[in-house]
Amino acid sequence: MHATYRYPEYAWRRSPEQDGRTARHPVVIVGAGPIGLTAALDCARRGIPSVVLDDNNTVSVGSRAVCYAKRPLEILDRLGCGARLVDKGVRWNVGKVFFRDDLVYAFDLLPQPHHKMPAMINLQQYYLEETLVDACVDSGLVDLRWKHKVVGLRQDDTGVVLRVDTPDGPFALQADWVIACDGANSDVRSMVGAQFTGKYFQDRFLIADVVMKAEFPAERWFWFDPPFHRGQSVLLHKECDNVWRIDFQLGWDADPEVERQPERVIPRIRAMLGDAVDFDLEWVSIYQFACRRIDRFRYGRVLFAGDAAHQVSPFGARGANTGIQDVDNLVWKLELVLDGAAPVALLDSYDAERSVAADDNLLNSTRSTDFITPKNRASRRFRDAVLALAAHAPFARPLINSGRLSTPTPYRDSALNTPDAEPFDGDMRPGTNCVDAPVVRAGQPGWLLEAIGDGFTVLVFGPAPDGCDGAPPACGAVRARVLVVGRDLVDAQGVLAQRYDARPGTTYLIRPDQHVAARWRSFDRAAVETALRRCLAA
Amino acid sequence: MPLIRTPNIPDPDGFYEALIDSQRLLDDTQAEAMNARLILILANHIGDRAVLDEALRLARDSQRPDEGAQGC
Repeated sequence: MHATYRYPEYAWRRSPEQDGRTARHPVVIVGAGPIGLTAALDCARRGIPSVVLDDNNTVSVGSRAVCYAKRPLEILDRLGCGARLVDKGVRWNVGKVFFRDDLVYAFDLLPQPHHKMPAMINLQQYYLEETLVDACVDSGLVDLRWKHKVVGLRQDDTGVVLRVDTPDGPFALQADWVIACDGANSDVRSMVGAQFTGKYFQDRFLIADVVMKAEFPAERWFWFDPPFHRGQSVLLHKECDNVWRIDFQLGWDADPEVERQPERVIPRIRAMLGDAVDFDLEWVSIYQFACRRIDRFRYGRVLFAGDAAHQVSPFGARGANTGIQDVDNLVWKLELVLDGAAPVALLDSYDAERSVAADDNLLNSTRSTDFITPKNRASRRFRDAVLALAAHAPFARPLINSGRLSTPTPYRDSALNTPDAEPFDGDMRPGTNCVDAPVVRAGQPGWLLEAIGDGFTVLVFGPAPDGCDGAPPACGAVRARVLVVGRDLVDAQGVLAQRYDARPGTTYLIRPDQHVAARWRSFDRAAVETALRRCLAA
Repeated sequence: MPLIRTPNIPDPDGFYEALIDSQRLLDDTQAEAMNARLILILANHIGDRAVLDEALRLARDSQRPDEGAQGC
């Protein structure tokens, strides 16, 4: 069925444990989807070997998670995959909204200049997974075990024992920590007895990948009640390799088995594209949307990430994008706990911070779904009124909600933050992910996010103040590297100082996940070390 | 500024006439659609969320117990 992509088949191998060679692994990751693979890669980046278990032996079938936003791309870039993904993906900035026959609104993501990563790319999930698998293999620290299905789990204060089934039978696998990335239907979640609650939407969507040579631009087109699909919505997105993603809203009464048949799908697409366009159907899926989350992201030594922890409707691209940010938040904390450099309590901040993000995503996703699928006649009236007004009155355009595209949720109230004691302007409040900026390092043009890397960083706007050199600020075994702007990196265009509201002496403490922990108007080693301690939950 | 609950329209009869006239030729569905647009237009004009929330409460709380009893 797939003309444009050849699915890799990853070799299944017997596990050493099946031949009596037992080992205790610091991290076992369940699920080799985008989130599990990103977690493995982030572990490898930090020198932690991991075992990844997956019950299958290939990548995602179908395009599935298809839009990747700037912040997750920055994380993937930190892990060495950014260029390959951005080169392969389709960049887009313009979204158009149609109501019946008319274009009622167009938006432009208007990507700010001076960022390394684009605002958004479209890329089939299988390309992302294949890229991540390759990077995991290249790291030499990721033990990918295909056709390994977790069927049981028990844990105590000291570790976790997983029961794993394989084509050669079951065995036991020991881990210090487990990261469960086994998707919305997570078995691990059931094994720890976690609650996964929220709401199901009484609506079904047909999702199709179509191969065609078409003149549509690389834009996001969303139709409400179009002439070719009356009373429902349709979404069109361009993927790479001349594949197009089309989502048809079907309504609650649609029969998923009937609707997935090509003889039903093809006429729907034909009605949309007209008779002049040749196309091939590559993949079809029927979805029912749900907005649900786990009650706690941490169950003892089991940590949940991605869809295993939260499930959202696809409008807004908030699934994989937020899952990658879960991992970004988790793995540095896990590293410090594994090293004994931070107390286990640091992992509770993972739950606290990513719960806030999950709730934000669920709220946005629920609002979008309520707009796209009105619950009653009155809400449909208002929805249609917004769309009718949008063509005539600018005020109605921000009310159109065909999906609010994923943006990072700042951890404004996190216990790891040190609140500002001095006035600052701009967005770089404690708890916020660091916005990128062009810098020059060793005479070469580069980017701030490359310079700060993935450890604790103290960014000091020069000239270098007294006391910032010498032994780096530390809390126990954890040290923060000092980078002086004007010396270690140069803000040649002034963008960095402007984005960070910086003056000479302005000092930022930046976390290993590139979030602001604290900031001051002058460098004070004692204050930096106090903030660092706070950021370790120590 | 709180929601104005005292008379604020200089020519109440004239405004009411204009309101009714604007929908005289509409059927119920068209009138409902127009009312939805009108609410959005006025809400945007007001803009102040506290005032809008107060208006939502007043509209909801002034529902008569027999409303909707006729069915539709």
